[in-house]
Amino acid sequence: MIIKTKSDILSSEITDQAVFNSRRQFIKSATALSAGLLLPEHGFAEPNKPKIPVGPYSAALTPTDREDVLNYTNYYEFSTNKKDSTHLAQKLQTKPWSVEVTGAAEKTGVFNLEDILKDNAIEERIYRFRCVEAWSMVVPWMGFPLAEMLKRFKPTANAKYVEFTTLHKPDVMVGQQSQILNWPYIEGLRMDEAMHPLSFIATGMYGEELPKQNGAPLRLVVPWKYGFKSIKAIVKIRFTEMMPITAWYASAPNEYGFFANVNPDVDHPRWSQKRERVLGSSIFTAKRETEKFNGYGEQVAALYSGMDLTKSF
Amino acid sequence: MLTKKHWAVIKAVVLLLGALPFLLLIKAAMLDQLGANPIEELHFGFGDWALRFLCVSLAITPYKNLTGQSWPTRFRRMIGLFAFFYAAMHFLVYIVLDLSLSVTQFIEEVPRSPYILMGLLTFILLIPLAVTSTKNMQKKLGRSWFKVHRLIYLAAFTALLHYFWLVKLDYTEPLIYAVVIVILLAMRVPKYYNKSKFAANSRR
Repeated sequence: MIIKTKSDILSSEITDQAVFNSRRQFIKSATALSAGLLLPEHGFAEPNKPKIPVGPYSAALTPTDREDVLNYTNYYEFSTNKKDSTHLAQKLQTKPWSVEVTGAAEKTGVFNLEDILKDNAIEERIYRFRCVEAWSMVVPWMGFPLAEMLKRFKPTANAKYVEFTTLHKPDVMVGQQSQILNWPYIEGLRMDEAMHPLSFIATGMYGEELPKQNGAPLRLVVPWKYGFKSIKAIVKIRFTEMMPITAWYASAPNEYGFFANVNPDVDHPRWSQKRERVLGSSIFTAKRETEKFNGYGEQVAALYSGMDLTKSF
Repeated sequence: MLTKKHWAVIKAVVLLLGALPFLLLIKAAMLDQLGANPIEELHFGFGDWALRFLCVSLAITPYKNLTGQSWPTRFRRMIGLFAFFYAAMHFLVYIVLDLSLSVTQFIEEVPRSPYILMGLLTFILLIPLAVTSTKNMQKKLGRSWFKVHRLIYLAAFTALLHYFWLVKLDYTEPLIYAVVIVILLAMRVPKYYNKSKFAANSRR
């Protein structure tokens, strides 16, 4: 498979964070609040630290206003309201954190997050993020390729799929107290999708530690798939021979398939996927035409050659 | 006793109260305070208020039946028109801002979306109610005016369907509206039943 890399862009080319924030300067209280909530605990973003290298595949895109990404999250573990999850998620304890690795791999067991992180060099990836609800944003994630992490667990030949599980903790994740989804949240990828260099594990964004409402401390980012594939707060990784039964698939198999590739030609049964509302744009801006594989077709289309994407949606 | 003048003042106050959600939403939009997805915020905001006014307009008759007080009836037209106004704003936000007035987008997105179709139907059902809301029309139509205005029961039902069909998993909010509307409609049944029995008896 030929993987074409787009020319790298420097962090310095990204719109300065101060410029992002200035748009909302008048909401001083809100800005102050979120700044307080998001002070990096581990000095992810000390201003004089060397810049984090921008990894490949970072399309030359202007990231969405950080405030918008912080306050518009689908995190049903906390709330079905995209704003409420912001404050509800702050109660989540993300330290200490461990990840249990099971299934078809040589190195299984429970790993401390620090042990997983220490082997991986942090890079930045500026990706489009397209939600199945037909809105989109551009996020400068920080983290490392999923493949780098998975390889260390030495998956065996029986590992055809990899399944991820979100933390289940209904006393803190109050959304889990109602059975709208079959908790815990489960997502998965076919092994070749997981090993694709675009598949990414995020531990930060906007030069800071990953905010809790955005999936701290460890989340998946699969930019060519609908956002619900990019599972948050991962506590389990299981290598398996069978296709995982993902949470959304289990709740409505006719609406949310396992692959969930962004595709303007395959509508959601209840709404069109042809276009997307770009977050942070003015109310008079028209919707954006959705691109197949969210614009990453050049890199990933080969993964699905010979498949009928209207059936395997 | 309240004089005509008093009622005029009270009506002006109710008018202002009804317009308040609209004014607040517009103000927030102009100050860029609607967050990451301002169109959605306006769209859902107006939709919510359309449903709320619809519920209030449906509450007036049961209230009268229950308490014997008929003063809220004075506000029924205004409240009904507010329901229509917010439904119209909800519709306009969709057509003008969300679809950017594009016929192509309308054709590509509306027919394949059952909940949007149900929303359109609801809005269409409300138009004759708004048009015939004036005193003149009421006089002109006579008894058939009441028949026309029974469309509101159908519109309440299609509005609920519109809401239920759009939701992704969490049905709490449309359920609340459904419960309120079902209660308000159920409260009419005994009176209606009595009336029709009375009508049947007197015919004999």
